[in-house]
Amino acid sequence: MEIALSILPQVLVDGLVLGFMYALIALGYTMVYGVLEFINFAHSEVFMIGAFIGVEILLMLESSGYLVTLNPAFILFIVLIAGMLLSGLVALGLERIAYRPLRQAPRLVALISAIGASFFLQDLVRLVESLWRNSFYLTYPTIDALETPVSLGAAVTVPVKSILVVATALVMLFGLNFFVHRTRLGTAIRAVAQDPDTASLMGIPVNRMVALTFFVGGAMGGAAGVLFGIHYSLINPYTGFTPGLKAFTAAVLGGIGNIGGAVLGGLVLGLLEALAGSYLSMLTNGAFGAEYKDVFAFAVLILILIFRPKGLMGERVREEAA
Amino acid sequence: MTSRTSALLSVLFALLLFNGPTAAWAQRKTIKVATQSPLSGEQAALGEHIKLGAQLAVEEAAQRFRPLGFDLILVPYDDQAKPEVGVANARNIVADPDILLVVGHFNSGVGLPASEIYKDYNLAMISPANTNPLITDRGYPNVNRVCGRDDVQGPVGARLAARDLKLKSVYIIHDKTLYGQGIADTFRHEAEALGLRISGYEGTEERANFAPLIIPLKAKNPDLVYFGGIYYQGALLLKQMREKGVKSIFLGPDGLDSSEMVKIAGAHVIGAYYTTVAGPIDAYPASAQFAKAFKSRFGKDAESFGMYGYDAAAVGLKAIEQAIQESKGNRPTRAQVSAAIRKIKNFKGVTGSISFDAKGDPEKAKYFVLRFDQKQYPGKVVKVVEQESPKARKP
Repeated sequence: MEIALSILPQVLVDGLVLGFMYALIALGYTMVYGVLEFINFAHSEVFMIGAFIGVEILLMLESSGYLVTLNPAFILFIVLIAGMLLSGLVALGLERIAYRPLRQAPRLVALISAIGASFFLQDLVRLVESLWRNSFYLTYPTIDALETPVSLGAAVTVPVKSILVVATALVMLFGLNFFVHRTRLGTAIRAVAQDPDTASLMGIPVNRMVALTFFVGGAMGGAAGVLFGIHYSLINPYTGFTPGLKAFTAAVLGGIGNIGGAVLGGLVLGLLEALAGSYLSMLTNGAFGAEYKDVFAFAVLILILIFRPKGLMGERVREEAA
Repeated sequence: MTSRTSALLSVLFALLLFNGPTAAWAQRKTIKVATQSPLSGEQAALGEHIKLGAQLAVEEAAQRFRPLGFDLILVPYDDQAKPEVGVANARNIVADPDILLVVGHFNSGVGLPASEIYKDYNLAMISPANTNPLITDRGYPNVNRVCGRDDVQGPVGARLAARDLKLKSVYIIHDKTLYGQGIADTFRHEAEALGLRISGYEGTEERANFAPLIIPLKAKNPDLVYFGGIYYQGALLLKQMREKGVKSIFLGPDGLDSSEMVKIAGAHVIGAYYTTVAGPIDAYPASAQFAKAFKSRFGKDAESFGMYGYDAAAVGLKAIEQAIQESKGNRPTRAQVSAAIRKIKNFKGVTGSISFDAKGDPEKAKYFVLRFDQKQYPGKVVKVVEQESPKARKP
C-alpha cells in the first residue's frame, strides 16, 4: 500500500501525457463528425503519416549532420509544422477523393470508403518506405536534449519530451479553441456543422468549410503523430491502429462532435490506462498483469457509456446549439 | 495485414524462382541450399545477415562443387519471424528435391515448428541462431545448430549478476515468446539458486508505452533488470526506464545483440549488459579474412550472425561434399546429408572448431558477455565462457 501511494503522482503524470496524445488525435474524429456526421476511420492513418513525415525529416537532418548542430527547439518546430501541414494535406486529399463523391450516398458507404482509404494509405507508406529506405520499421533518431530526465518533485521523473507533448498539446488545443470560436472561418465551420443547407443559403462555401475541417483535424493528427514518434521512438505503417482506436473511443467518451469532450475523453482514457497498467498487477497480486490495462480501461468506458450514452459532455450534432 | 504481406512476398518470390535456373544449367545437376530467416519486418536487420553469410559460403563452395558435376544455388526464404510463414516456407522447401540443406532459423519460435516438417523428410537443418534448448533436445537426427543454448546463456547472465557484479535483487521482464520467456526462466532458475532475490516477474507484448511496467518496477528499486526478448522492446524499455530515473543495471540475452539497440536507446544504452552466443567479429581469431570477404562482396560490415550463417552453411556444405563422395559422385539423399553432418569432426569454422554431439548441439559453444561502454555497437566484451552443451533432458 505504501508503494501504491508513493507511485501515484508518477502514474498520474504518465496518464496525462498519454491522454493529451489521445486528445490531439480525437479532435480529428470529433471535428469531422461534427460537420459530416460520419466517422473518418482513415484518420488513424493520417496520424501514422504524420509520424512518418517526422521521422523522414529527422533522418534527413541526421544524415546531413544538422541534427546535432541546430537548436533542438528549432528542429522540433520545423518537424511539427511540416508534419501538420503535410498530414493536413493528406486529410484534405482524402476528403476530396474518398468522401466528397459519396456525400449524398448512405453513410455506411462513406464508412466503407474510409476503411478502404485506410488500407490504401498503410500500404502506400509501406511501399514508399520499402523502396526508399528498404525497411518500413523506422526508428526516430534520438535528440539527447529531449531525453534528459527531469524531476518534478521527489516522486515524479519524466523526460523533457513528455513535458513537450503536454505543452504542444495545450498550445494547439487553445489555438484550436480560438480558431473555432473567435474567427470568421471558425464561425463558418460551426454554421456548416449546425445546418449545411442554411449555411449555404447564407453564402458560406460549404465544400470549402468541410475541406478546411479535414485539414485542421488532419493537422492535429499529424502533430500527434510526430509527438508519438518522438516519445515512443519506433513506428511502422500500422502504428496508427491502436492509438487511432483509442482516440476514437476518447471522442465517443467525451461526446462525439464536441471539441471539449474530445479533450476530456482523451485525458480520462489516458489516466484510466495508466492507473490500470500500474495497479492491476499490485491489486490482484499478479493475477492480472499490466497488459490487462486496455481490458480494464474499456470496461470502465462501457460503464460510463451505459449511464451517459451521449458521452461525458454530450454530443454536438446538427441543429443543436453549438 | 499478415495475409496481404505474405501474398505480396509470395508473388515476388515466385518471380525470383522462375527467373532462376536457365535452360543451359538444366542439364547439369543442381544442389540447392535454402536459408530461412526474417528478411522483412522488425527483425530483418538480423535475418539479412544470416542470409548474406550463407550466401557467401555457398558462393565460395560453388567453385568446389562444379568439378563434382553440381551447380550450387542459394534459395533465400523470408520467414518474417512468424511461425506460420516459416512452416509454409518449410512445406515449399521439402517439396523441392534439389534442396539438401536448410540454414535457419533466427527465431526459436519459428525454427521449432518448421523443423518438425524438415524432420518428416529428414532434410538437414543447421541453425545459426536458435538458442532454445528444445530445438535439439527433441533428438531429431536432422536438426543441428552451431550456436549455444539458452539454458547455458541464461545462467551465464545470472552468474554474471551474482558473482561478478555481486548484485542482490533482480526484476525480470520477458516478451512471452518461446525464446524470451524461455531464457528468462533459465535465468531466473539460476539466479534463485545463486541467492538473488526476484523482486518481480512480468511478461509483456507492449511496443510503445512501457510506463505501466516501469512505475511499479521503480518502486521496488531492484539492483538489476533482466529483459528476456528482442531489441525493439528491450531498447525501448531501457530508454524509458532511464528517462524515468531508474538506475538499475540492465541485462538481456542475444536478442539485444543488434546495432538497433544503440539507435533506439541512444545515450541511455551506455552501461547496459547483454549476453550472446555470437560474439562481435573481432572476438574470434579467424574472423578477419571472413570480415574482409564479406565487406568486399556485399559492401557492408559483417555482423556476428552473418558469421554464424556462414559457418552453418559452410559446415553443411562440407557434409554434402562428403556425402557426394560416399555416394560415388551421385547426388546424395537427404538422409545421407543429415548423417554426414553428425559425422563431421573439428570443422574449422570462422567461429571456431565445430563438431556436433549426438543431439545436434555443438560439442562446445562460446558465450559472451558484453557491455555498451559507448554509444556504439557492438559493446565491449567483458567475459567469454566456453562451455560444453548440456546433456539432453527430457523436454
